[in-house]
Amino acid sequence: MSIDLPGFADPVLGAQACFRAVLTAMSRPGLIQRTGLDLTPPSPLAPATAAVLLTLVDAETTLLLAPSLAASAEWIEFHCGARQGDAAADFVVTDSLPDLAALESGNDECPERSTTVILQLAALGQGTAYTLAGPGLAAPTRFLAEGLPADFLARWGANHRLYPRGIDLILCAGTDLAALPRSVAASEG
Amino acid sequence: MAVLARASSNDIAACLETVSPLVEPVVLRGPEQGLVMVRGRIGGGGGAFNLGEMSVTRCTVRAGAQVGHATVIGRDAALALLAARVDAALQDPGQHEALQTAVIAPLAAHQAAAKAAEAAHAAATRVEFFTLQTMRT
Amino acid sequence: MAYVAVKGGERAIDNAHAWLAATRRGDPAVTDLGIDQIREQLGRAVDRVMAEGSLYDPELAALAIKQAQGDLIEAAFLLRAYRTTLPRFAHSEPVDTAAMAIHRRISAVFKDLPGGQVLGPTYDYTHRLLDFGLESGDVPPPPAEAPVDGGPMQRVNDFLKHEGLIEADGPAHETPGDLTREPLSFPASRDVRLQALARGDEGFLLAMGYSTQRGYGGSHPFAGEIRMGTVKIEIEPAELGFAIDIGDVVLTECQMVNQFKGSRTTPPQFTRGYGLTFGHGERKAMAMALVDRAMRAEELGEDVTAPAQNVEFVVYHSDNIEGTGFVEHLQLPHYVDFQSELETIRRMRAEAGVSQ
Repeated sequence: MSIDLPGFADPVLGAQACFRAVLTAMSRPGLIQRTGLDLTPPSPLAPATAAVLLTLVDAETTLLLAPSLAASAEWIEFHCGARQGDAAADFVVTDSLPDLAALESGNDECPERSTTVILQLAALGQGTAYTLAGPGLAAPTRFLAEGLPADFLARWGANHRLYPRGIDLILCAGTDLAALPRSVAASEG
Repeated sequence: MAVLARASSNDIAACLETVSPLVEPVVLRGPEQGLVMVRGRIGGGGGAFNLGEMSVTRCTVRAGAQVGHATVIGRDAALALLAARVDAALQDPGQHEALQTAVIAPLAAHQAAAKAAEAAHAAATRVEFFTLQTMRT
Repeated sequence: MAYVAVKGGERAIDNAHAWLAATRRGDPAVTDLGIDQIREQLGRAVDRVMAEGSLYDPELAALAIKQAQGDLIEAAFLLRAYRTTLPRFAHSEPVDTAAMAIHRRISAVFKDLPGGQVLGPTYDYTHRLLDFGLESGDVPPPPAEAPVDGGPMQRVNDFLKHEGLIEADGPAHETPGDLTREPLSFPASRDVRLQALARGDEGFLLAMGYSTQRGYGGSHPFAGEIRMGTVKIEIEPAELGFAIDIGDVVLTECQMVNQFKGSRTTPPQFTRGYGLTFGHGERKAMAMALVDRAMRAEELGEDVTAPAQNVEFVVYHSDNIEGTGFVEHLQLPHYVDFQSELETIRRMRAEAGVSQ
């Protein structure tokens, strides 16, 4: 049974360390952080994805889990206690970029009420090159990721233009983690 | 679980001495402390409202083929762990009967007696009204 | 408001805290106070701290009382701060107070009600004379016992319900608002108001409830029923998918019954105010029920004229943690604010031609 696979060995310190990694990743778009090194989550969940879930998701958040990751649903429910949500969920966990326009993008009064997408990819630091620019980056920066769709730039551009509303992306691959907050502009690298 | 949650870890441990030792557990989660939001109902029977939170401790263990869960009021990690272990063992048909007899039944009897004593104290403070006879005939 | 950072007080603060710790301990020749002693022997203080700290945990409340030297608002503050460090696993099923294991149950409206009037461990009928026996540590005799007749204690409002003489409980919606998660907004619904009152300051609620009795928003209350005792707490963990009983808590409930002359849509009937609080706290539960009823004025088509009927006033000022924070913050440095006020006053005086 997948709940036999443990969560963080120390829930408090594990979550704090991962939260720090997510915070750094969000403040420095595209900068790769490592997390979930001691986790052995059930397939197909990557350690970084599992660490982010254990850190950000609990019984008071709603979570929409992509059908392709359903094999890890029991583990997520047991260790995170998350309630099932819909397209307006606090978090969407998936391994293929969802239609960002269909998700909750917050409103001008409360832009923080938007959905955060935790997107599991094949690899970070290799693959297609993108150039990122925006808050947190002193100069435009190259960012490599494998597994984003071919029309990613157009779709991200539409999301970025909603600012201050919009979706934030947390990208996970293996034990690597990077983030693309809504404030960052992406172009061909 | 209702009986185990109301017991002390010492009392459970004492009862367990009379049966074969429990399998060493693999702890899957906890014991971890957290909160439960206690809800009431408006007017006692209407819509729910949030009354306030309470401390709880929960634990989940695997013992052999069984997974045992426990949530207890308060912050007693030893109690949550032991209650989860007994919960797991109770699901094993080979141990269920013995544990029911040696652990659950005596603890339940002890708790029922304590509850009955409280009810008896309350009953002793029940007012017996004597109706006064009126002077009118 | 503006604050300036003031540096240089660190050693003074450390020394002040050390002196506080010594003051808290008092004369070392006197036995140190145990947490278990506070829990067992100052139970009403523990109950009040749990209610206003909004955290049911007698051990922690006792610790907080010790740490705060018996300052109950400070103790409630400590519990509020502590609870923010813990994850919330679940919410309970709404407690069933009709199934309460009764310690006390009285009604001021029906003498001979099924189950009877049970006084319980009450201060009523004591003469409020100091008991010098407690000074010498007299051991009380064991409480008396009597046979239990075992019938369920039907709610008083259930007797009146059948004739339609009293308003019903209302629909049982299941997802209440939570003011610890969503900021307050007005008009606040009754579920959120009751949550605020349940964690509200007993003194404030007492004064507000008292004011309704003295004519400020009066609604002719009767204590329909007060019950105190233990109820079981059930939660439904996600991994199990069914409800489990995790133990008992002590609660006090008050059903206040009030006259209501009726409106165009509702015939004359009794309305109700509701109070529910952690632990043994009749004063709190009764005051809460009075204020709950007063805050229903607008809903029931009554004129809103008195402070206790003003939802925003009551809900915003019932919380003693917020109140103490805002009042006591005035002790913090306001040097720059005051300088600017001083300049303003000097200028105004100069403009008014006041001589120096």
